[in-house]
Amino acid sequence: MARYDAIIIGAGMSGLSAGIRLAMFDKKVLILERHNIPGGLNSYYHKKGRPFDVGLHALTNYAPKNARGAPLTKLLRQLRIPWDALRLCEQHGSEVRFPDVRLRFTNDFEVLRQQVHAAFPHAADRFDAFVRFVREYDDVSLDAPQVAARPVLEEKLGDPLLIEMLFCPVMLYGSAVEDDMELGQFCTMFKSIFLEGFARPEGGVRTIIKLLRDKYLELGGELKMKRGVRRILEEDGRVTGVEVEKVTGADAHVEALPPGEDAVLEAPVVISSAGYLETLALIEGATRPTDDEFPVGKLSYMETILVLDRQPRDLGIDQTIVFFNDSPRFHYRAAEDYADLRSGVICASNNFAHVTDPLPEGILRVTSLASWDRWSALARPEPYASVKQRWHDAQVDALLRYVPDVRPNVVFSDCFTPRTVHHFTRHLRGAIYGAPKKVRTGLTPLNGLFICGTDQGFLGIIGSMLSGISIANARVLQPAAQGASHASS
Amino acid sequence: MQATDISQAILDIIASIAPDEDLSDVKPSVRLRDQLDLDSMDFLDIVMELRKRYGVEVPEEDYPKLATLDSCVEYLTPLMAGK
Ligand SMILES: Cc1cc2nc3c(=O)[nH]c(=O)nc-3n(C[C@H](O)[C@H](O)[C@H](O)COP(=O)(O)OP(=O)(O)OC[C@H]3O[C@@H](n4cnc5c(N)ncnc54)[C@H](O)[C@@H]3O)c2cc1C
Repeated sequence: MARYDAIIIGAGMSGLSAGIRLAMFDKKVLILERHNIPGGLNSYYHKKGRPFDVGLHALTNYAPKNARGAPLTKLLRQLRIPWDALRLCEQHGSEVRFPDVRLRFTNDFEVLRQQVHAAFPHAADRFDAFVRFVREYDDVSLDAPQVAARPVLEEKLGDPLLIEMLFCPVMLYGSAVEDDMELGQFCTMFKSIFLEGFARPEGGVRTIIKLLRDKYLELGGELKMKRGVRRILEEDGRVTGVEVEKVTGADAHVEALPPGEDAVLEAPVVISSAGYLETLALIEGATRPTDDEFPVGKLSYMETILVLDRQPRDLGIDQTIVFFNDSPRFHYRAAEDYADLRSGVICASNNFAHVTDPLPEGILRVTSLASWDRWSALARPEPYASVKQRWHDAQVDALLRYVPDVRPNVVFSDCFTPRTVHHFTRHLRGAIYGAPKKVRTGLTPLNGLFICGTDQGFLGIIGSMLSGISIANARVLQPAAQGASHASS
Repeated sequence: MQATDISQAILDIIASIAPDEDLSDVKPSVRLRDQLDLDSMDFLDIVMELRKRYGVEVPEEDYPKLATLDSCVEYLTPLMAGK
C-alpha cells in the first residue's frame, strides 16, 4: 500500500503552495485533485479555441521586486520563486463608483488618499488615522481574536458613505460574511487592494499555476489529477489516510480505478483545501456541526466575459477595475433574484501595463452577486440555459450603465453561475469565499487533519497561497524542526 | 569545514531562500536581519536547510546564535567539523 508523509486534498493555489513547502523539505507528499486541470477557484479553460481564466481579475498585494516585508515578497521567498517569474503587469488605475462620488485608486496609495480628502474633506484626518490603524493591525496571526469590522469603521471614520465605498471593493474581493467582515480580514483586504494594489501576471492565471505546479513536481512532489478523495480515514481520532476515487468527464462522473491502483493511501498528515464542512463530510461517522455552529457560506457570483474585437481603451474604457454600486448604501448579501445587479465589478483585462505580450483581443468581465438557491433549482439543460442567457444580457445592460456601448464589438461571450463554481470546485453552494466562520488555526476535530485555503481564512490568490504555506509551516515543518531539536538538545 | 566555507554555506542557503536579495556585500559582524529582509519564517528555512544539507540540528533556543555571519561561523564550526 502506498504511504506518504502527507496527503493534500486539492490542487488549487493553497494546496499547491502547501505541497511545495513540504516537498522542499523532503517530505513524501501527494496532492489529489478531482478536476483534470489544477487551479481550483482560479483555474482556466478553452472555449471555441480561446483560452479563458475562470476568475482572474487581478492579483492583489502587488509589490515591486524585493519590497521589504511585503506579503508578496515573503510568499515568493517561501516558495523560492523569483519575482520576475510572475511577469507582473501593474494596473492602469481603478475606481470605486457610487452615484455621486467616484474614488480613483492606483498602486500608489497617495492617489486614493487625495481622492478621499477631496471628496470627504470633513473626514480627511480620520481617514489618515484609520489607515495608520489598518497598517499596524496584526491581521496574519493564526490565533488572533475575531472582531466585527463595521462598528470599528463607524467609530473611526464616521462618514456612512465613505464607509460603504471602502467596504464595497473590500467585501466583493474577500468577504464570506454578509454586510460585515471580520476586522483582521478587512485589514488584510484593505492593504492588499488599496495599500498594495493590483497587477496581472502576463499569460493570466496559467502563469501562476504553471509556476506552482512545475516547482512542486521539480521538488519531487506527486500530483494525481482526476482523483477525488472519497473518504478521510481515521483511527481513534487520528487521521490515517484517504480513500480515492476516479473522477472523469464534464459531468464529474465517478468510475472504477484502473487495475493495480490503490484505493487506500496512508499518511499521518492530511491537509485539505476542500473547505471545512466539505472536509468534515469526508470523515466517516463525523458529526456535522449544525448550521448555527458553523453556517455554510452564502455568497456566490455570476460572471459574464465579453471578448471584444478591439482593445477596451479604443472604446473609451481606460480603467482596470471598476467597483460599482448604484445607491449610497452597498448591499453585500446573497442575491434574492438570480443576480443582484445593483453592484458589481467590471474588469478590463487589457488595462494593465503589459511587459511583452499584450492580450490579442479585448476582454471585459462583469461580476455580480448571485443566488445559489435559484441557479441550483433549475433543471439542465433547460431552463438553465435560457435563464442564463437572459441574465447574461441583464448583466451586459448593467455594464452599459458604466461603459460605452460595446455590444457591436463583442465577438464572443461566456458566462458562469454559482452552479459552475460548485461543479468545478465542490465548494458548498458555490460559495467563493467559503464559510463565514474561518478556522484560522487550521485545526479540525481529527489529529493530523488540517484545513488550508479558503476556509482557513486568507482569501484570494495571494491569500490562499499564504494559507497553504502557513499551515504547512505551522502544522508540519515547525513541529518537526522543534521536535528534532528537542531530541538533540 | 573551514570558517570561510561555513560562511559561504550560509550565504548559499540565503541565496536559495531569497533569490532576489543582493548578497555581494554582506557584513560578517552586522546582524543578518539588519542588512537583509529576513523574518522568522526565513530563519526557520535557514535552520531546515542546515539540517537538509549538512545534517546539522539547531535547537530552537540556539536560533539567536545565527544572528550574524560571524556568530554563525562560531556556532557552526564544531557542529560542522568533518562535514
Ligand atoms: C469567479 C472568481 C473570481 C476570482 N477572482 C479573483 C481575483 O481576481 N483575484 C484573486 O486574488 N482572487 C480571486 N478569486 C479568489 C481565488 O480564486 C480563491 O480565493 C483561491 O483560488 C482559493 O484557493 P484555495 O486553494 O483555497 O481553494 P480552491 O481553489 O477551491 O482549491 C480547492 C481544490 O480542491 C479540489 N477538491 C475539492 N474537493 C476535493 C476532493 N474531495 N478530492 C480532491 N480534490 C478536491 C477542488 O477541485 C479544488 O481544485 C476569484 C474566485 C472566483 C471563483
